[in-house]
Amino acid sequence: MTRITEGTLDKRMSAAEIVAQLSDGMTLGIGGWGPRRKPMALVREILRSDLKDLTVVAYGGADVGMLCAAGKVRKLVFAFVSLDMIPLEPWFRKAREAGAIEVLELDEGMFQWGLKAAAFGLPFLPTRVGLGTDLAVLGGLKTVTSPYADAETLIAMPALKLDAALLHVNRSDWRGNVQLFGADTYYDEWFAKAAARSYVSCEDLVDRIEDHYPDDAQAQTFERCFVTGVVEMPCGAHPSSMPPLYGWDARALKAYADAAKDPGDWSAVADRFVGADEAGYLASFGGKEAVAALSLPIF
Amino acid sequence: MTQITLAELCIVAAAEAFRGNGEVIATGVGPIPRLGASLARMTHSPELMMTDGEAYLVEQPVPLGPRGYDDRKKAGHLPFSRFFDSAVWTGRRHAMVTPTQIDRFGQINLSRLGGTHEQPKTQMLGVRGFPGNTIYHPNSFFFPQHSTRVFVAGEVDMISGVGYNPARRVPGGNYTGVDLRRIITNLCVMDFGGTDHAMRVISLHPGVTFDAVQAATGFALERLDDLPETPLPDDAALAVIAAMDPHGVRAGVFRDNPPARAAA
Repeated sequence: MTRITEGTLDKRMSAAEIVAQLSDGMTLGIGGWGPRRKPMALVREILRSDLKDLTVVAYGGADVGMLCAAGKVRKLVFAFVSLDMIPLEPWFRKAREAGAIEVLELDEGMFQWGLKAAAFGLPFLPTRVGLGTDLAVLGGLKTVTSPYADAETLIAMPALKLDAALLHVNRSDWRGNVQLFGADTYYDEWFAKAAARSYVSCEDLVDRIEDHYPDDAQAQTFERCFVTGVVEMPCGAHPSSMPPLYGWDARALKAYADAAKDPGDWSAVADRFVGADEAGYLASFGGKEAVAALSLPIF
Repeated sequence: MTQITLAELCIVAAAEAFRGNGEVIATGVGPIPRLGASLARMTHSPELMMTDGEAYLVEQPVPLGPRGYDDRKKAGHLPFSRFFDSAVWTGRRHAMVTPTQIDRFGQINLSRLGGTHEQPKTQMLGVRGFPGNTIYHPNSFFFPQHSTRVFVAGEVDMISGVGYNPARRVPGGNYTGVDLRRIITNLCVMDFGGTDHAMRVISLHPGVTFDAVQAATGFALERLDDLPETPLPDDAALAVIAAMDPHGVRAGVFRDNPPARAAA
């Protein structure tokens, strides 16, 4: 029997090593929400790879738009795709209007319910949501009847089981003890628990988190048993926001959206929004200092 | 004296939708609904709860437009990660939103226009939270351009929110939470108080006729016999609106920012 040592808990990987652990046809969950807290550095690493035929499960923003534009997506599970400041994600629209991707469209609440079903190893969780709308028929969602006296008919929201999840967090140590800050961490913890393997990029990697930030332990929204790999990626959410460190990059998002206009050929513009490597990408948007200066959005 | 605008009239009408709702989250998406919710909270309905538009609950509604990030005073925390259990799925919310289409059953669409589900002609946002909102908590609507493109004949292209259409209700489901309240447009205020929850005009904005409203609607509307004029804001309401919209965002809601009384 192999004895687990501290050393084997070292989950540090490079972004390329993380992407190498993914394979064609996988179901991939992406954390964050719209233009917020997106693991964009890992998404860019996928865009630099040959990975294809993905089923992407996301509260979508530019992550979904870019993967659709690059032809990486076979199927999308979504409730919305939006850049907020630019409500309609143009690259996602193009893919949809070309009939290029299969979709499972869900309500935002059903979506997290499906992640929770997967986290708990259940085939489904019941809900009223979806009744009386087109979602059930279009999504092939079945109903169940309550076995109790009420005999209520409910939608059986199927588990959204993920082969892998990608998340961007504020801090981690090499054992995968994460800390998430900002006003809202959305459903990152449920992506982590719904996935067979979760890969986390972080703004700040430390050796032993208890030696550095013990007072922030409550910011660990999911435990290290849900973390397979960790990579330090400062500014790794750019151009999405990463509160409290930086807001979204409105100029970069606008340039990205504008590039979708006629002729809107992704292969001609991908270099600007993906780059050959992360250092080059960041430099092209002004480097870490410029990202750190992006103010948080106001609503 | 500055003339009262249509935007200000609609804000007051929007505030009325939130009157006496109890301790629920009042969500207004877009300038008119949000100013309406804020006006209600600051005048007749202080029991309403509101967020800063991000993740914190505030007891003093947050003004529209540019401000310091930390200007708002946090009174509580309501992140998306808790939103369904704390607000939506427990029915403790009233949202006023602007779908792309609505039909005579109150079914709404935010997802796509035309084409098929596999290949829409125009892809919009997706259903977002509409399916859950409409089966669990009260909802109202604001439409800046009352027209047959919005108030469509037949049914909406993609039913993103539950309405009062018996044909779309899966038997055995619990629809007791479906509660569509008010519709505010550039022409009138409506509710769902007609026959079998039919859409019904309950007030006309000054200078607007019922016939004009009907002509801009893709289906037959019901009406109150004696249709009142939608009330104008009083000075106190105007003062609150001005304070909540210091940059004048409301002036951009309707083309040319028309006065409350429509030109004859």
